[in-house]
Amino acid sequence: MKAIWIALVGVALLAGSAAGASKGTTVNLVAYSTPKDAYGKIIQAFQNTAAGNGVGFNQSYDASGDQARKVAAGLPADVLNLSLDPDIEMLVRKGLVPKNWKANAHEGIVNDSVVVFVVRDENPKKIKGWNDLVKPGVSVITPNPFTSGGARWNVMAAYGAVRRQGKTDTQAVQYLKRLFHHVPVQPDSARTALQIFAQGQGDVLLTYENDAIYAEKKGVHTEYHIPKATVLIETPAALTKSGLKKPAAKAFYKYLWSSTAQKAFADQGYRPVIKSVAKGYKFAQPPGLFTITSRKWGLTGWTKVNRRFFDPNNGVMAKIERSLGH
Amino acid sequence: MATDAAVLERPRPRPAVSGALARGVATGYLSVVVLLPLAALVWSSRAGGLGAFWEQATRPEAVAALKLTLGVAAVCALVNAVAGTAIAWTLVRDRFPGKGIVDALIDLPFALPTIVAGLTLLALYGPGGPFGVSIAFTRTALLLALLFVTLPFVVRAVQPVLLELDTEMEEAAASLGAASFAIFRRIVFPNLLPAILSGVALAFARAVGEFGAVVLISGNLPFKTEVSSVYIFGQLQSGNESGAAAVSVLLLGISLAVLLAIGAFRRWRTRHDG
Amino acid sequence: MARYVLRFGALGYLALLLLVPVGLVFYRAFEHGFGQAWDAVSSHQAVHALELTLLIAAIAVPANTVFGIVLALALVRTRFPGRGLVNAVVDLPLALSPVVVGLALFLLYGRGGWLGGLAGHGIKILFAFPGMVLATMFVSLPFVVREVVPVLREVGTDQEQAAETLGASPLQVFRRITFPAIRWAVAYGVVLTTARAIGEFGAVSVVSGRIEGKTETLPLYVQARFEGFDTPGAYTASVVLAVIAIATVVGLRAFHPREETAA
Repeated sequence: MKAIWIALVGVALLAGSAAGASKGTTVNLVAYSTPKDAYGKIIQAFQNTAAGNGVGFNQSYDASGDQARKVAAGLPADVLNLSLDPDIEMLVRKGLVPKNWKANAHEGIVNDSVVVFVVRDENPKKIKGWNDLVKPGVSVITPNPFTSGGARWNVMAAYGAVRRQGKTDTQAVQYLKRLFHHVPVQPDSARTALQIFAQGQGDVLLTYENDAIYAEKKGVHTEYHIPKATVLIETPAALTKSGLKKPAAKAFYKYLWSSTAQKAFADQGYRPVIKSVAKGYKFAQPPGLFTITSRKWGLTGWTKVNRRFFDPNNGVMAKIERSLGH
Repeated sequence: MATDAAVLERPRPRPAVSGALARGVATGYLSVVVLLPLAALVWSSRAGGLGAFWEQATRPEAVAALKLTLGVAAVCALVNAVAGTAIAWTLVRDRFPGKGIVDALIDLPFALPTIVAGLTLLALYGPGGPFGVSIAFTRTALLLALLFVTLPFVVRAVQPVLLELDTEMEEAAASLGAASFAIFRRIVFPNLLPAILSGVALAFARAVGEFGAVVLISGNLPFKTEVSSVYIFGQLQSGNESGAAAVSVLLLGISLAVLLAIGAFRRWRTRHDG
Repeated sequence: MARYVLRFGALGYLALLLLVPVGLVFYRAFEHGFGQAWDAVSSHQAVHALELTLLIAAIAVPANTVFGIVLALALVRTRFPGRGLVNAVVDLPLALSPVVVGLALFLLYGRGGWLGGLAGHGIKILFAFPGMVLATMFVSLPFVVREVVPVLREVGTDQEQAAETLGASPLQVFRRITFPAIRWAVAYGVVLTTARAIGEFGAVSVVSGRIEGKTETLPLYVQARFEGFDTPGAYTASVVLAVIAIATVVGLRAFHPREETAA
């Protein structure tokens, strides 16, 4: 009899402390710049749930690479949403994010998008596919791959698409070199690239689909076209080691895959990863969609791709930039 | 007079204690705010050894960026020396309607965040701009952005000196029939030179370090329009922190050398005249 | 004749380089009407950003002013070893790109840095108010020094020496002779320092962590608006910054209306 009482009291205490731990805590959300509006809605919705009641949020939005470095230098972070795997992996190496951050149903991917071509009204140069980008007289805008995560997705989309056409690795790298011949300016970020394109520079802009949709919503007219072959951009989110200690942070992280949250992402132009939510939105499916782990087309995951293509000393892109300069 | 001789002979009553204290405080402030972070930077850049430092600093893109940066900054400083002095002169000695407004606007390049400066210049002088010119993403655009950002330096350095300048000598020379330019060259200019050089040093330093306005309008093409600050940023973003630190320290060293040279030149000129 | 050439040359340069771009900023801010512009900058986030910016400036500017005057006096009136070096070091903060300033501050105060341990004791420098103040002090350091030094040289020590021989204390000498002579230089130095302190974007962006409603200054807010495709909002917030800078100059002139030399 006494044992049951002790057990009941123990359970009550535990439940009380768990609930108490949620109340009055602050969750530190550190994200890249794009999903800001979506998170505004998601946080509000979360705070209306039982788990989120009374939870405060510190939100920080900036370029993905910058955020990763800031967290490494001490910026408090419980939930991370960055634009590239390697940015999170860097924090794993620094001991701030657990190694098994991907060990959940969606491997840490919270939403998707695709690389698209933004063109001028009526597409006067008839830019439809990757081969059109290297036609004479076509001017392509893409951010600098060394400063922008978005640009890296662009490069890998180009590479993978060309490999899909049956070309070899050498030929695909040759294509990349030709492509960058057509790039007159490499802004430092994806949003800046979009602004510059909107001001009249270039014939085509390579960017995320969700950025194009969001810009349109905000009154910047963007006519975009999804090429037949393109890469699936998968944006990762992770719980940091400090986030694991906060029940509210864990609850919020799980909430990112709820239908409310996924709908908020979709309203901003992202492709939701929960199928039932995706059904409610009309996203065109390009026939030649591939991912960063499509080995058939030479894409072997971000760690290897990052090292091979974007190493600042010996990467493929560094060599291409050097050859363009001389 | 006996008292004067006695005064001249005894050592100047330097306010020893308070002077040293003030200097100490100032040096302490300088150390905490400036020197300590810089020391941390220099220390980090030598972490891999001198060989690694040199290798990072002499990579082709880094060298190209450095040459471009220093070259454009030098041109910018020179243009500022001339234009800034002319503007300061006009603001102090001339009268025209709206002078007060123009004077108040001179500092705006500082107060406006660099991204605004960059976007505005791009809107005006890039494709689709109202003037029909499109120099965006060229070296001219780079120079333009830097001229905008460094506008206040020489102007504001020369203005206070001009305000304090005693015009007696100029008036005397004019009444003796000297031409205006000769008056300027022989009487006014030597007095303004230290201030001009001060402003030029600041303008040069700022032009070397500018990032925000430049990154938008200059195109950032390596070997063509990429300046050192953008190169360093790219290295940092790609995870090459030691490379970024190395080039930063090299740039810092060169800037320091140039600033020392300008300072020495100024001291030489002042001794020469005084 | 020469006067007109000079005037038109100077004004033409200013028009192309300064007046037209600034005019565009104002135009873009108000092109959709005053009401919308007002809405853009009266949001909670914008007001907080403005307050934070002004607070940082209220600390950085006086600190750099006092430091500037003291150092200028030391550089011009005394001789100490390393004078030339100190002189050059003062200008260095400007030569550093904001990325590098941020990097240097990270290396010093960040996790694993020389003073990284401070955070463990509850003294938050990076990603908090102190870090932003330090970064702002860093980038706006040189101006008062640079303005005062040439004027101090120009003015000479005659009057000061005379006062000293007559028995004035160092403080009296400073207050009655030195300071009035340099007050214009100090004034311009303060104006420049203020403009730079409120407008600084790069270095503050790196050390601030950009926590919304907590460590976002007005320039950072401007960039956030651009990122969110709210261009009118961005330009309007920029106008606020411009107005503060203009107000500083106008305010200073009101204090010292006598600004014309006897020409």
